[in-house]
Amino acid sequence: MTGKVLGIVGRVYLALILFFLYAPILVMAAMSFNASEFYQLPFAYSGEWYERLWSNRAILSAAWRSIWIAFVVTGIATALGTAAAIALFRYDFPGKKVLRALLFPPIAIPWLIIGTAMLIFFFGIGLGRGTPTVIIGHVALALPYVIVIVSARLATFDATLEEAARVLGASPWQVTKRVTVPWILPGIVAGGLLAFAVSFDQFVVSYFLSEPGDATLPVLIYTSIRKGFTPEINAISTLIIAVSMSVMLLAARYSNFGGER
Amino acid sequence: MASAILRRDRLRALTLLSPAYLWLTVAIFLPLSAMVFFSVLTDVPFGDREWHLTAGNYQAFLETGTYARLLWKSLQLGATVTALSVLIGFPCAYVLAKVVRGRSREALFLLVVLPFWSNSLVRIFSWAIVLRGNGVLDRAVNAVLPWPVKLNLMYSQSAIVIGLVHSYLPYVILTSYLALQAIDDSLIEAARSLGAKRLTILRRLILPLSMPGLVAGAVLIFVPVVGSFMEPRLLGGRLGTYYGTLIEDQFVAVFNWPLGAALSFILLAVVLVILGLASPILRKARL
Repeated sequence: MTGKVLGIVGRVYLALILFFLYAPILVMAAMSFNASEFYQLPFAYSGEWYERLWSNRAILSAAWRSIWIAFVVTGIATALGTAAAIALFRYDFPGKKVLRALLFPPIAIPWLIIGTAMLIFFFGIGLGRGTPTVIIGHVALALPYVIVIVSARLATFDATLEEAARVLGASPWQVTKRVTVPWILPGIVAGGLLAFAVSFDQFVVSYFLSEPGDATLPVLIYTSIRKGFTPEINAISTLIIAVSMSVMLLAARYSNFGGER
Repeated sequence: MASAILRRDRLRALTLLSPAYLWLTVAIFLPLSAMVFFSVLTDVPFGDREWHLTAGNYQAFLETGTYARLLWKSLQLGATVTALSVLIGFPCAYVLAKVVRGRSREALFLLVVLPFWSNSLVRIFSWAIVLRGNGVLDRAVNAVLPWPVKLNLMYSQSAIVIGLVHSYLPYVILTSYLALQAIDDSLIEAARSLGAKRLTILRRLILPLSMPGLVAGAVLIFVPVVGSFMEPRLLGGRLGTYYGTLIEDQFVAVFNWPLGAALSFILLAVVLVILGLASPILRKARL
């Protein structure tokens, strides 16, 4: 009996949490379809804010920049991260534990510290602010995630398969291409999607590394919000949330961070 | 022969590893070192600016009470947000791991952690829309209650805390869920059949066994919240001055980079102490 009560109370509690997590996002999305410029209620439908996006050069170019940066970052981080994960899995050498431990600080140290440190360093070596610097920074942020996720997938891989392929005469490159990579492909895809999300949603590090003239989308949104906002920001924010949630849903399909699978 | 293979293997390992680790060195570890160097300069060493070594930036932290006070304020904010997230999140993780069964559990879990992976800036903005005076929350509350209420939570301490809890709650749910799921149900059954009450089971069995996950979640929330600046800025308005916004100002408004570097490094030291203290437990959580 008490078990049943607990079940009901638990489900209600869960529903409340989900309400807390999603209600503001849904309100924000709803307001992007509201005609009033000052978020006045009652609600009156209008697609005006989305139409305006199409003629807003600043937002369009920032969006485009964010997207292509995310793709470049995904490509580089996935390739380098997968290579590193395979080496960490396949070979034994002194210092391996240290290399694994080195992945932790970039994930754990607040982005504010990393972002300001990058700004100082890249200015110091003469590279300065701008899109190349942003890409270098994003790749560094995404790499540890890719290595950790691909490593997790590799942990389920039977290393004797590699040995068998080697004994049968395959070269190390062939082993990697024909045996290892096909097995860990879901991990690589999940790592790549996560890298995309890290870059596409990145605000803090981009904020310190991007030039005012060529801001990424989150940086542009931050500066606009501080000046006072319009439903146009709601519209672009709604689109961003839709993109990043779809990317993460895809990533969840390919990895097992859902726990049991 | 064997050593030749070993050498070749090491060479291959080096080839595969060096691009990733060189990248991390250039973009993370060297910058962190550069920050330490900058923090003991009088001015930025660019162009023909005059600079020399000094401890003045750290002295400023020790002598000017403002900086230390802001750090303390940020630590308090971190503690508040962490405590609230743990109190709200742990029961939620428990329900997900031990009460809900079957296929719906996986979907619900995904729904809970999904916002966490979406854009944090946009989520903070969504709270600005909800909390602003005469906004959605104001109207909803006034529609339910018979007497007029003026809520206006925007630009207040509460707004910052609400936004941050919203941002980081999924962390502690995620880590606690993973820890709770690892507890064998038969252990709980055994305790129950031996006559243990629900509270006893919670206190003596479930809490100790899920503690590593809980602590991991708490640390993962506390550390970024102490370094947060965007959330206090957007939701706190004039009240939103914290240690993070102080650092931000040194880099984007005041342009006192050496002082900013010193303040960042002090924050890094605090963060490293916390991570160091928690590392035995974090290692147990195997995240």
